[in-house]
Amino acid sequence: MNISAWTKKIRQNSQIGLGFTLSAGILLLALLGPWLAPHSPLDLVGPRYGSPDANALLGYDYLGHDVWSRLLSGGLSLVWMSIAASVIALVSGALIGMVAGFFRGRIDQTILWWSDVFLAFPNLILILLVVAMLGRDPWLIVIIVSIAFLPGVIRLSRSITLGIAQQEYIEATTMMGYSTYRILLREILPNISMPLLIHLGTMLSWAVGILAGLSFLGYGVEPPAADWGLMVNENRAGLQIQPYAVLAPAILIALFALGTNLLAEGLGRAQSGIKEAR
Amino acid sequence: MTSVQPIHPVLKVNQLNIALENGTALVSDISFDVHAGEVLALVGESGSGKTTIAMALLAHTRAGARIESGTILIDNIDLLSLAPEKLRAIRGGLVSLVAQNPAMALNPLRTIGQHLHDVLKAHRPELNQHQRQPQVNAIIHDVGLPADQRFLDRFPHQLSGGQQQRILLGLAFILRPKLIVLDEPTTALDVSSQARILNTIRDLCKRYDAAAVYVSHDLAVVKQLADRVMVLYAGRIAEISPRSSLFTQPRHPYTYGLLEAIPDIALRRAPKPIPGQTAAPGHRGQGCAFAPRCFKASQACLHKQPSLLTLDEQHQLACLNTSVPLRLTQPDSLHNESLIQPEIANTLPILHMHQISAFYGKQPVLHDISLEVAIGECLAIVGQSGSGKTTLAKIMAGLNIAATGRINFIGAELPLRASYRAAEQRHKIQYIFQNPYQALNPRQTIKETLSAAAKHFFKLDHAATALMVAEVLGKVSLPEKVAQQYPRELSGGELQRVAIARALICQPKLLICDEITSALDVSVQANILELLQSLQQDGLAIIFVTHNLGVVRSIANRVMVLHQGSIIESGHVDQLLDHPTVDYTKRLIQDSPSLFAAA
Repeated sequence: MNISAWTKKIRQNSQIGLGFTLSAGILLLALLGPWLAPHSPLDLVGPRYGSPDANALLGYDYLGHDVWSRLLSGGLSLVWMSIAASVIALVSGALIGMVAGFFRGRIDQTILWWSDVFLAFPNLILILLVVAMLGRDPWLIVIIVSIAFLPGVIRLSRSITLGIAQQEYIEATTMMGYSTYRILLREILPNISMPLLIHLGTMLSWAVGILAGLSFLGYGVEPPAADWGLMVNENRAGLQIQPYAVLAPAILIALFALGTNLLAEGLGRAQSGIKEAR
Repeated sequence: MTSVQPIHPVLKVNQLNIALENGTALVSDISFDVHAGEVLALVGESGSGKTTIAMALLAHTRAGARIESGTILIDNIDLLSLAPEKLRAIRGGLVSLVAQNPAMALNPLRTIGQHLHDVLKAHRPELNQHQRQPQVNAIIHDVGLPADQRFLDRFPHQLSGGQQQRILLGLAFILRPKLIVLDEPTTALDVSSQARILNTIRDLCKRYDAAAVYVSHDLAVVKQLADRVMVLYAGRIAEISPRSSLFTQPRHPYTYGLLEAIPDIALRRAPKPIPGQTAAPGHRGQGCAFAPRCFKASQACLHKQPSLLTLDEQHQLACLNTSVPLRLTQPDSLHNESLIQPEIANTLPILHMHQISAFYGKQPVLHDISLEVAIGECLAIVGQSGSGKTTLAKIMAGLNIAATGRINFIGAELPLRASYRAAEQRHKIQYIFQNPYQALNPRQTIKETLSAAAKHFFKLDHAATALMVAEVLGKVSLPEKVAQQYPRELSGGELQRVAIARALICQPKLLICDEITSALDVSVQANILELLQSLQQDGLAIIFVTHNLGVVRSIANRVMVLHQGSIIESGHVDQLLDHPTVDYTKRLIQDSPSLFAAA
C-alpha cells in the first residue's frame, strides 16, 4: 500500500482522521515539548498554586513550578512507555500465538493454559505487585505492562492463525516442505498483520490508562520529574484554587487515549468494511 | 407472445433494470413471463445476473444495488410499488424462496415443526396450534418426509442435506404461493439426492399449480426440470427457448458454447472451451457483450446491442445472426469415438499404493486401499461427499493424516508424511486444490508465489527463476503481466491456472487434482480440462478426484469408485460407465444429469 492511498483513506474516513490527528498531535507535543518549554520543569519560578500570568500560561503548581513547562516536558515518559509496552506485547504475543495456532495439539494447549493463568490476574494488581516487590524502574514497568497485555495478543493471533493455517495455500506450502520459519513469517504473518496492528492501537490506549494510573498512584515516574499522571496526583489538593494544574494533564491523557482508540476502531471498521452511518 | 395465450401469466416482468448505486448496470432490459404450473430456468455463468434477477422477484436487492426501472407483476400485483408491510405479506404468501444452502437457511435452535408452524403463525395468525397441525402434516407428506411428531421434533442438524432441502421446499410451499423462486437448490447436494429433489420440485409445482423460477448454472440439471429456459449473459437475456429446442437446436452462440463446453457422462468428447472471459459489470461496452468471445461475431455486433426478438410463440433470441439453429456435436457419434481412445502403453506404474487405511481420531475413513497409476495415465477417483476421496488424495500428497500402509513412488518407498520425504521425491508429486480462491497466498504476487516454489526446490539464481516463471506461465497460457498481479485481481479460471503453474514449476511426475474444476464455470472448466489433457500427453500422470462423472468421461483413462472408504469398483472408463456391475455405481450413473442420455 502506498502513502497516497493511506492519506486518501485518512481524509475520507472522519473517524480515522480525527484519531490520527489527535494521536499524532499529542505525540508531537510530547516529543518536541522538552525543547519548547520556557522554563526547566524543575525550576521554582512562582508562588504555590499561583494563577496564570504572562510568565506562566497555565499558572503554577503545588511547589511553584511552571505548569505549562511541566506539561510540555511531562508527556515523553508516558508516550514512550506506552508505545514500548504495546509493541513488545504485540511482537512477542503475535509470535507465540502463531506458533500455538500453527502447531496446535500439545503446544497449543500449553501456551493457552499459561496465557489463561496470566489472564486471571487483574492487570493493575499484577503490575502493582511486581512494582512493590522489584522497584519502579521504567523498563521494569514497561515489561510488566506488556506481560499483562500478552494473553490478549496471544489469543488474538492464535485464533486468526488457526483460520489461516487451514487455508489451502498454507497446506500447499506444507506439502512443498517449506521450513516452518518461512511458513510462519512469510506466508502467515502478512495475512494476520492487519488485525494485529488494529489491536496495537487498542493496547496503546489501555497502556496510557494503566501507566497514567500508576503514576497517579505514585508507582510510576519518581518525583520531582515531570509526568502527566504524577502532575494530577501532586496538584489535586489545590484543584479549587488552581484547576489548570490538574485539568491540563488529565485532558492530554484523555485525548491521547481517545485518539489511539479512535484510530484503532476506525482502521478496524474500514478493514472489515463497516460503513459509517449516514 | 403472451397475448396469444388464453390464460394470464402468473409472473410478468417488464423492462427490469438493476444497477449499483454508482450507476453501473447489473442487469438490463429483462422481460419475461411465467405461467401457472410452468418451470422457467434462469441459466448463466457467474456474473450473469441470474441471482440478482431472482431476488428482484421478491422485491429484494443485495446491499449496494437497487432496482432502477421496470415492473414486476405477480398475479397482477405490482410488486415494486408496495409498501414494506404489504411486501411482508406477499413474501412467503404469494411468492416464496428456496435458498441455495439449506444448512444455513434453517435456524439450528428451532425444530422442523417449529419452522413450519412459524410460517403459518406469521401469515395466518387466526389459526391456532390444532388448526395448523393438519397443514403442517400435509406439506411434510407432500415433500416426501414422514409426517409423525417424532420427525417434526428433530433439529435441522439431525437431518441429511437432502432432507433439509425438502424442509425448505415445505416452508416455501406451505402457503401455496403462486410463484416460487428456487436459487440453485441442489448445488449443495450429491447427485442421488439431487435427482430425487428435482422430482419432488416438479411434482409440487404441478400439484400446487405454482409457477417456478429455477436459477441454476447447470444446464444438465435444468434439462430434467424446466419447461422453458432463459439463458443470461452479462446481465442480459441471450435466449429464451422451450426445453425441447434449446438442447437440440440452440440459436444463440453463447448457448451453443455452453452446451459444447459441458463434459457429459453419456458422451466421450473433449469439452470445447469458450475463449475469453465474461466482462465484469461496468466493462461491457456498447455492443453485444458476448461479441468478443463469439465465433459468429461481425463488426456490427461490437457496436449494436441486439434486442430480444421473438422467433415463434415461445422462442426469443437476442442475436444479430438469427438465421439458423446451431448444430451440436451429436451423441450418435459417441460409440465410434470411444473406440479411438488411446491405450496406455504398458509402462511400469509410477505410483503404487498398498493397503492404505486412514483414521480421523478412532473413526476409520479408508479401508485397505490399493491402487496404481502409470506414466501418462489419468486415474479418476469418484465418490460422493464423505466417501474418503479427498483424504486419499491428501495422503498421497503427504499431508498430516493418521494413516497406515505403504506407498511406492518411482521404485522407492515414499514416507506417508511430506516432512519425512526427500526433497527429490516431494517436488515430483504436486497437488492442486479444489478452491482456487484459497489456494494462493493473497499477500504475494503470482511471481513471488511461483518463484518461491522454484527457488525452494532447485536453488536457482534470480535470472534462472524468472525464466522458469515465464516459461511455466506460457505453458498454462497466461499472459506475462499476470506475474505482477495479486490473486484478488484474477478470475477463478486464471487462479486455477496459476495453481497448476505452481505445480508445474516444481517439475512433477504426478499431479493430484482434487475437484479442481468444481468451483469454476463450465466454459472455464473446459479450458482447464483441455490444459490437463495436454499435460497428460506430455507424460504426466494425473489423479483426478471428482464427484462429476461427466468430467470423468471426458478426461480419465481409468476410474475407481470409492464408497464409504472402500473401492467398490474400478476399471476402464468407458467400460465402467457403460456397463457398471455394482448397484451403487449403477445408481450413481443413473442419477447423474446428462444432456444427451435419453430422458
